[in-house]
Amino acid sequence: MAKPSTANRPLSPHVSVWRWHATMASSIAHRISGVANYTGAVLVTIWLAALAAGPEAYGAVEALIAGPVGILVTLALIGFTLSLTYHMLNGIRHLVWDLGHGFDPKGSNLRSILIFAGAVVITAAIWLAAGGLV
Amino acid sequence: MAELRTPLSRAKGLGSARSGSGHFIAQRVSAVALMLLIPVFVWMIARLPDMSYETARAAIGSPLGALVLLLTLTAAFYHMRLGLQVVIEDYISEPFTRAGLLIANTLLVAGLWLVALFSILVIAA
Repeated sequence: MAKPSTANRPLSPHVSVWRWHATMASSIAHRISGVANYTGAVLVTIWLAALAAGPEAYGAVEALIAGPVGILVTLALIGFTLSLTYHMLNGIRHLVWDLGHGFDPKGSNLRSILIFAGAVVITAAIWLAAGGLV
Repeated sequence: MAELRTPLSRAKGLGSARSGSGHFIAQRVSAVALMLLIPVFVWMIARLPDMSYETARAAIGSPLGALVLLLTLTAAFYHMRLGLQVVIEDYISEPFTRAGLLIANTLLVAGLWLVALFSILVIAA
């Protein structure tokens, strides 16, 4: 039987050989925002279940928003908006990468910074448009 | 670049882990769906005048509102199950813990999906 040609396969470089740069930060942020969006979807489901259950159950959600931890709920919602926006913008970039474009290091670093900034700007615009929703 | 795959592996066309291509494609297809759905979902919630019981019931209970939520959450749950699966596979190497977390991820998302769909249909009914 022929021996499989496995001798020249590269070893994955360890994380610590990399110097910090914007594209690396954007990649890590993509994963963190993905997990944050997962958590957000869990909370959206709980909110929907309370809304479906009736006014008494939803009253508990409203009390939480109106109560002393209401500011934390608002901050969490702003964080969720930022996380969704960032993950979507960087996700579009990932789709472009999948098509084989945008691998130049300098341009990639610049686009990473633009994506971070874009996510903040879009999140701010959404919350200004929503105007005192929560 | 040197050819790193065995001839048999290339002939099978399934990638190094035997099942990665399908996962890769499903992740991207659901991503494209979410690119269209999430902005509509966020816009729908952001334009509400308040988050009172009546306002929220009316928005999500409307045919269009219910449809947007059903589509968005279906795509989102599918996408996030695939995403967290990769995170678990990357960081958890102990086989028992890994299998347990992968099963928990699948069951949690399946359960959340059904709760969300049922809730939306109750609200819209």
